[in-house]
Amino acid sequence: MKQRLVVIGAGMASGRVLEHLTEAAPDAFDITLFNAEPRGNYNRIMLSPVLSGEKTYEEIVTHDDAWYAERGVVCRFGEKVEKIDREMKVVEGENGHVPYDKLVVATGSNPFIIPLPGHGLDGVIAYRDLEDTQQMMGMGPDNKVVVIGGGLLGLEAAAGMAAHGVDVTVVHIMGHLMERQLDEAAGYLLKKSLEDKGIKIYLQANSKEILGEDGKVRALLLDDGTELPCDLLVMAVGIRPNTGLAQQAGLATGRGVHVDDQMLTSDPDVYAVGECVEHNGEVFGLVAPLYDQAKVAARALLEEDVAFTQKTLSTKLKVTGCDLFSVGDFADGPGRENIVFRDPSRGVYKRLVIEEDRLIGAVMYGDTADGSWFFGLIKDGTSIDEMRETLIFGPAYQGGDTADPLSAVAALPPEAEICGCNGVCKGDIIEAINEGANDLGAVRASTKASASCGTCTGLVEQVLQVTLGDDFQMPAAQPICGCTDLTHEDVRRLIKGQELKSQAAVWQELSWTTPNGCHVCRPAINYYLLADWPLEYQDDPQSRFVNERKHANIQKDGTFSVVPRMWGGITTPEELRAIADAADKYHVPTVKVTGGQRIDLLGVKGEDLPAIWSDLNKVGLVSGHAYSKGLRTVKTCVGTDHCRFGTQDSTGLGIKLEKTLWGSWTPHKLKLAVSGCPRNCAEATCKDIGVVCVDSGYQISIGGAAGMDVKETELLCQVSTEDEAIEVVMAVTQAYREGGKYLDRLYKWLGKVGMDWVKAEVVDDLENRAALVARFELSQSIYRKDPWAEHVKEKAQTYAPIADFTLEAAE
Amino acid sequence: MSWVDIGHIDEVPVRGARLVKTHIGCIAVFRTAEAEVFAATNSCPHKGGPLSEGIVHGQSVTCPLHNWVFDLNTGEAKGADDGRITTYTVRLEDGRILLDDSAVSRRSAA
Ligand SMILES: Cc1cc2nc3c(=O)[nH]c(=O)nc-3n(C[C@H](O)[C@H](O)[C@H](O)COP(=O)(O)OP(=O)(O)OC[C@H]3O[C@@H](n4cnc5c(N)ncnc54)[C@H](O)[C@@H]3O)c2cc1C
Ligand code: SF4
Ligand code: SF4
Ligand code: FES
Repeated sequence: MKQRLVVIGAGMASGRVLEHLTEAAPDAFDITLFNAEPRGNYNRIMLSPVLSGEKTYEEIVTHDDAWYAERGVVCRFGEKVEKIDREMKVVEGENGHVPYDKLVVATGSNPFIIPLPGHGLDGVIAYRDLEDTQQMMGMGPDNKVVVIGGGLLGLEAAAGMAAHGVDVTVVHIMGHLMERQLDEAAGYLLKKSLEDKGIKIYLQANSKEILGEDGKVRALLLDDGTELPCDLLVMAVGIRPNTGLAQQAGLATGRGVHVDDQMLTSDPDVYAVGECVEHNGEVFGLVAPLYDQAKVAARALLEEDVAFTQKTLSTKLKVTGCDLFSVGDFADGPGRENIVFRDPSRGVYKRLVIEEDRLIGAVMYGDTADGSWFFGLIKDGTSIDEMRETLIFGPAYQGGDTADPLSAVAALPPEAEICGCNGVCKGDIIEAINEGANDLGAVRASTKASASCGTCTGLVEQVLQVTLGDDFQMPAAQPICGCTDLTHEDVRRLIKGQELKSQAAVWQELSWTTPNGCHVCRPAINYYLLADWPLEYQDDPQSRFVNERKHANIQKDGTFSVVPRMWGGITTPEELRAIADAADKYHVPTVKVTGGQRIDLLGVKGEDLPAIWSDLNKVGLVSGHAYSKGLRTVKTCVGTDHCRFGTQDSTGLGIKLEKTLWGSWTPHKLKLAVSGCPRNCAEATCKDIGVVCVDSGYQISIGGAAGMDVKETELLCQVSTEDEAIEVVMAVTQAYREGGKYLDRLYKWLGKVGMDWVKAEVVDDLENRAALVARFELSQSIYRKDPWAEHVKEKAQTYAPIADFTLEAAE
Repeated sequence: MSWVDIGHIDEVPVRGARLVKTHIGCIAVFRTAEAEVFAATNSCPHKGGPLSEGIVHGQSVTCPLHNWVFDLNTGEAKGADDGRITTYTVRLEDGRILLDDSAVSRRSAA
């Protein structure tokens, strides 16, 4: 007969119990899961990245409805358990009783609220769950927030809000931040980096009273009389195991629910795991030991013989740009020796504490790459006598190797811990790889390495690389380039989420490893910034490829090609004469008609560019942007004007579209066409955006291509008026500008977001369409202009040599 | 060593370059930071790409034609590519860029 298992609390610890249990013995139990929060298990530690905008809530859900359903878990979410009746073996939920054979208590902990006067006011919150996070996310640049507590949670809360421009003040009672994990020097560097993010920090500050108005928080009063105004007050001063239920049921409790090495409470049918327990006098606040407990509890439920043991833990802070690592004991003391390394220019500080030839503690700030190696030395009690002199330079130095991160990883012993949260060591990962896990996802699935807080993702990938060599394919989500570990998608999200408005801010806040990027990332970042912040950010010509910097296409012999714009492919005798004159005057060797209905002057010398542009400008010809990742051409057919089949004025619409869109930058080049009837003479169905006129209106289709890939467009919608057609085209263009990865053509972006999404955003949701159009117009107020005229006026001299010694010699 | 003044540093954009024409070919003058300049031949050893049109990053430049990257200190190609560009001595004095005279007038020495 199946046993009945009831679990109280759907948190990180019990989530793991269920994973292990349902994997090892899918049919052993009928499971009922209670959770006071109205949802299932999510990765609580990732609330901080959700707060800062680096992740969405959906991304941190670890178990969704389908997961529970597949395993037959009966979910009672949003229902608090009020009582455990151990005699009757029944759990009493708010909506009814459930009998159990075995019970797991996993109620986590409660945030501690200092009973200051005013702590019950509206707007005084803790930092524990999604609701708290959402309240903080509701704050913006016009709000002030005070955070009490300069520990891990308080600082993640502060940094997360500061990323949204909130005016944040942290009030901490001790002399330096995170005093339990950091020494004073590292605390100082951390304070400095947080202050650089605009966070105000008060140390040795005692809170006296929370002041309110109409039942709502107004300010925090310190005991020196300082008043710190705030719209929200976050208390992050510690947690207390949530033992109320267990205590009431008569289970043995101290600070937490007492458990033995098998996670069994004083009742042989009741187990407890997570932050609510006390084991050997210790309580817990990080996930790594909870995961170990979960494994033990699951096995114990299946009557296997296992025991939980406590291990040394390391700490990291999940604030982008504040790299810290701390492990072990780093208090000064007799017989203890310190090794310190500082590099003030890079803001790096490392300190190792040694006792009797063993490393017992490490604190690092600014450069934490060697953290897991030091952690390994501490856990294993390795004698460091031989390498004392060079110890602080890390593992790479010990082999006399270069400071290549791969050799550092290669040098790690198999027992070295890679993933702290899940206690996965290098040997486990290598074993998984040898059993066929050949990418990050597979390693994650089989070992859980990097599946929790994710800070070790890079290390796991390096282990893959070291083990598989050239067989290792970097995962689909590749970093932009060697300057960063972040992907294009990460960076786009962070630029918006953290309101980064300059390249320097991106390099600094996202910890670029190079001083100012490289030829791969610079053009991408430049594009993202100008697309997201059209008013605040100024386009940087030095971050553009030569064609876009010089507004002409470089040819293989170093000369350039010049293509004036012909709106919708229409030109005049006057324009043609000016083009012919220019071709003569500047000795243009080749004059060619392009596929986009333009005339291309090939072979113009770089230094002649401003002069030829100036000549062309005189008759009204402007840049054709034949060189840009932006709007290129709108090709048209002659439509109703001249063709007997024409249904609408395709030429007129093409010209209007081109006049609306020209000058705009997009992730890759953007080509349009408008055909006057389905005979499609303008080849509109292999363009990025194509319009085909029909009797009843305009069919707009997107995502075509005719390059290395040939693709037919897919229908987006049909509209009845010209105005609406123009609006839809503008809105699609803007959606692509805002979401597309740099150098992805529109069809690639479409492949990622899907046609349904685009239809929902652009066709169905009229309000959203209008908002996209408005944002496009805002950007065009800056960019809809002729760069040639501007360069002729302001930059002509930069096209000439700075000095010319060939002239001098002619004298 | 004698020096020749080729212009003011403000005439070269930060992370950009300008050309100096000489009888023995073009020299690119790179400005890598507020007050840091380098000089090297303008011609890429791969297929002659104009290096002054490349993206300047750190103390390196990327050729605009096929993305070879050169270290401006040594002239060596970085990464897997094998090649070297000639570098020339430059210095800054009161914002003026001074180039080693022999770079522009080697013909007279010959
Ligand atoms: C913002 C934040 C960042 C963090 N960052 C890190 C980090 O970087 N690294 C790290 O190791 N740790 C971190 N932690 C700590 C980590 O999240 C906790 O250690 C972990 O979540 C505890 O797991 P748990 O299962 O014991 O409790 P929880 O995850 O809190 O789950 C307990 C659940 O039980 C429910 N519950 C309680 N009482 C009842 C009842 N009577 N009836 C029904 N349900 C009930 C609660 O609603 C809750 O959902 C962080 C915590 C927070 C809040
Ligand atoms: S697409 Fe139709 S309207 Fe346009 S030229 Fe061809 S046949 Fe005529
Ligand atoms: S098809 Fe190839 S060779 Fe022809 S212009 Fe395009 S890139 Fe050059
Ligand atoms: S010409 Fe410079 S990389 Fe090819």
